[in-house]
Amino acid sequence: MSSPAAQFKTDAKRITADLRHRATIQTAMGKYELVRDQRKHWFQDWEGARTLAARTKYEAVNGLDAHLLQFTRKLEARGTKVHWAGTGAQACAIILDLLQARRARVVVKSKTMTSEEIHLNDALARAGVEVVESDLGEFIVQLRGEPPYHLVFPAMHLTRDEIKEVFAKRLHDAPSNDPEELTMVARRQLRQKYLQADVGITGANFAIAETGMISITENEGNARLTAALPRTMITLMGIEKILPRYADLALFLPMLAVMGTGQALTCYNTMYGGPRQPGEADGPEEFHVVLLDNRRTLVLADVEQRDALGCIRCGACLNVCPVYRNVGGHTYGTVYGGPIGSVLTPHLRGLQEWKHLSYASSLCGACTETCPVGIDIHHHLLRNRRNASAPKTGKPDAWQRLLFKLYAATAARPAFWRLATRFGRFVQRFHGLVKGGALDPVRAWTGTRELPPIARQSFREWWKEHGTHE
Amino acid sequence: MTVTLFVPCFVDLLYPQVAISAVRLFERLGHQVVVPQSPACCGQPAFNTGDWGGECRDLALQAMRTLRAAEAIVILSGSCGAMMKVFYPELFARTKHEALAREFAPKVWEFSSFLVHKLGVTDVGARFPHKVTFHDGCHGLRELRNKQPPRQLLARVQGLELIEMGAAETCCGFGGTFAVKFPAISTAMAEVKCASALETQAEYVVSCDSSCLMQIQGLADRQRQPVKTLHLAEVLAQT
Ligand code: SF4
Repeated sequence: MSSPAAQFKTDAKRITADLRHRATIQTAMGKYELVRDQRKHWFQDWEGARTLAARTKYEAVNGLDAHLLQFTRKLEARGTKVHWAGTGAQACAIILDLLQARRARVVVKSKTMTSEEIHLNDALARAGVEVVESDLGEFIVQLRGEPPYHLVFPAMHLTRDEIKEVFAKRLHDAPSNDPEELTMVARRQLRQKYLQADVGITGANFAIAETGMISITENEGNARLTAALPRTMITLMGIEKILPRYADLALFLPMLAVMGTGQALTCYNTMYGGPRQPGEADGPEEFHVVLLDNRRTLVLADVEQRDALGCIRCGACLNVCPVYRNVGGHTYGTVYGGPIGSVLTPHLRGLQEWKHLSYASSLCGACTETCPVGIDIHHHLLRNRRNASAPKTGKPDAWQRLLFKLYAATAARPAFWRLATRFGRFVQRFHGLVKGGALDPVRAWTGTRELPPIARQSFREWWKEHGTHE
Repeated sequence: MTVTLFVPCFVDLLYPQVAISAVRLFERLGHQVVVPQSPACCGQPAFNTGDWGGECRDLALQAMRTLRAAEAIVILSGSCGAMMKVFYPELFARTKHEALAREFAPKVWEFSSFLVHKLGVTDVGARFPHKVTFHDGCHGLRELRNKQPPRQLLARVQGLELIEMGAAETCCGFGGTFAVKFPAISTAMAEVKCASALETQAEYVVSCDSSCLMQIQGLADRQRQPVKTLHLAEVLAQT
């Protein structure tokens, strides 16, 4: 298999040539931007809200140890079992043990990117457990055997015809390409599964330290059913989901809704505080929370980039990213795509192997400008680049270094620069012979773009003749 | 005032008329222009690839030492301007040159912001009877927060009509070495930009960054799109 970097380049080249795909994404994002901006104005002071959110998340992350202990104590007080997983494999093993001890055969799952991160579905399938995604978008990509395309909109890249096609193929039930009818098909399927399922697995949007509660926000009501119908509920969450106080939700729930989908608030906002208590009529009999590190503590240890743990996975930075908008979600080859994925993946999966994502950016800063919790996203990409090519700890690109050395030596000395200018002008006369071809040293540019010639008289040459200096 | 003009490497070689226009404009406004002979580059190409060590620092140090005595340093690029104003302090953070970088940064001005905020002029007496659209270079827009100055200047150019494009703030896809490391993505981004510019039916795409314009013009020429680009200095020099 080729390296992630080579794969990324190949996929980027293929997908940018797919104009229909690009148009689909651009149109969807254009619509998103419109509603997002309308709702943003419902905040009296959006910038103030961002500052507060950034500060709150930073407080949460900086005091993560204390917050997690408080969170755990509160949860346990109401009979929840908390599990700590250092790695993705450990988290999968914990969950699998829980399932096997309960002889679970069918599991329903609501949307959780963290489970994608640790490849939970694969681990469960290998053990013979049937996992059914209950979020409509996730349900569709699961049928297609694809990973989610986007943090918030897992199936946004698909047309209704494509959805109809996969329903017909996999469910043998696709009356038309009408979205409502297709939704009804999915509902019928899922209803069966909710009743059959022994265990429901959910993610978490926020985890409240003060009260020991999990906050899940959704639009379809599927997470509620996933949590409430099966006898056992398991919540898998990254340790960074912590918010210190219950009252913080008053800011974060509307903020996540506005930035995520352009809604004032998502349709269902539910708090989960434990298993069914004595005297309660419903809810799961057992409640387990799996806390996942999976190298998040490495990000925590990086003082410069610690704020990246504040990410609330709203997807806003993906939506405005001109790279994402042209290559789409699958090209990244990681669960977390887009700008924040390009910051985090090198931390979570290895800097040298994933640094290309930090290079695959024009550093335009649209992500940082939009991020509701004020993560310094595009500068972190730059910092990842620095760390990746640091002389001792990283792997500097020897060729590139040599080029810069030569260039810097030239740029530092007027006489060298003058000489280089003339030399460049001479060499470019022959450029026409190879332009755009395999022998063209600058074909990465000239393959798709024209290159302006070195001027007959450079500015410095002009200045020598006309300048007002002595 | 004595204006110390820092002419970035690619402007010097590929777009001398941009710097010449700026010289003429400043002289027309009654200022004296000086041009340091070196360095010819601010060090950004190395910096952006993560190579923050030797050469990048040497160039940056040389630039700071050569220019520090200047009254005001004007750069014909939002990108190189951001390098000196925003990134030099980060580059030299926790080194013995940190203080110099911090003292140096406020002396550096991006061209349009210098005219509006330092010289306090918006009407430079230019005349350019054409429809134009403006492309915000990302570094000028987001690192230097220069959304308004170029527009204030364009608004006072006689005969000029500014038609904003939908994707004015969307990156053109240049991004320095990004443009050649990821040519497919970079090109797709330029296509989005050009399409938006064409929609306005403006005659010219104007920007404060020749590097962005190289990308936009380069793509438009290859795809035979009727896009013409001009640096803001070239527009303001017209009378
Ligand atoms: S980095 Fe910011 S904008 Fe991007 S998904 Fe996270 S919270 Fe949202």
